[in-house]
Amino acid sequence: MARRENAEINAGSMADIAFLLLIFFLVTTTMDVDSGISRKLPEPQPENAPEPPKLKQKNIFEVNINRNNDLLVEGEHMNLKDLQQAAIEFIDNGGGIGNPVDGKEGQPCDYCNGARSPESSDHPNKAVISIQSDRGTDYGMFVSVQNELGAAYTVLRDRLGEKLYNRSYSDLVKDLSNNKGNEDLKAKVDFLKKAYPQIISEAEPTK
Amino acid sequence: MSKFKKKKKGLPAISTASLPDIVFMLLFFFMVSTVMRETDLKIQTPKLPSATEVKKLEHKSLVSTIYVGKSKDGKIKGDLIQLNDKIARVADVRSFIYSERAKHSEEEVPFMTTSIKADKESSVGTITDIKSELREINALKISYSTSKGDVFKNVD
Repeated sequence: MARRENAEINAGSMADIAFLLLIFFLVTTTMDVDSGISRKLPEPQPENAPEPPKLKQKNIFEVNINRNNDLLVEGEHMNLKDLQQAAIEFIDNGGGIGNPVDGKEGQPCDYCNGARSPESSDHPNKAVISIQSDRGTDYGMFVSVQNELGAAYTVLRDRLGEKLYNRSYSDLVKDLSNNKGNEDLKAKVDFLKKAYPQIISEAEPTK
Repeated sequence: MSKFKKKKKGLPAISTASLPDIVFMLLFFFMVSTVMRETDLKIQTPKLPSATEVKKLEHKSLVSTIYVGKSKDGKIKGDLIQLNDKIARVADVRSFIYSERAKHSEEEVPFMTTSIKADKESSVGTITDIKSELREINALKISYSTSKGDVFKNVD
């Protein structure tokens, strides 16, 4: 007669199963990374704030979106595909003298590759992009436009980065996020940001 | 007493029987916390627009999320806003941000970001209303939540 010892169930593989599940959950949780287009809203203005300085019409790049998601750029109908190029040409035009920087007098843009047309923007730091949409515009269209305009700045910064440091701006930013506190990288990124500052203004949507 | 002590027989194997328990505990913790983080959506899961110029949001704890989308059964026309677990109105955004701020210390407040997770078919008007509320209370950092992809597919 076999003597029944209190035989323990072999639970050795249980840990493996549990680990497998644990790793699965760990991986799937981190997969959903929140990403998006970051923007900073303008600060609220007090009611008796002084009038904002008038900008020259040629320094404003007007983008209108209507409720049928059509695009009107500088008074002309345009496809979303062409928006980025149009914005690049406007920002990079460099037809005049820029805003004074760090107390120094305004300089003409010496790094711009634009047409230098007197009809378009003076300097990247004067070029303002103004977006006006309708309340009925699709959010998807609005984000697309924001993205294309943001991309225009990235393209310009990339190009200048390649020229000055042999590295694109996006590459520098990625590198900086990996080793924060690198002064050299930070200075380069800041310089490129300053060369093509992102000035996008959003007007109240039409009703 | 001494009878028992003499029964020593080599080294007994370390029992790993409690290991699964520990791992299971961890597993359950992760399972539960994952579900809790993904707030129950009372609206249709927003179809996020896609974009190329995306930036990852850092410091997840400093991000407060506002959902905008259609109602689940499609009975209510227009966009609904969801804060935490409730459907809310635009006017509630203010108190929502204040309560989010209360969870953090004073120094962290300027770094808090509001992520807007809106359906690509919702209207800009709703988003503008939210943005003007945020502007009023100085919650200036926002992020339009998007997925990575082709921008030309956002509009059909």
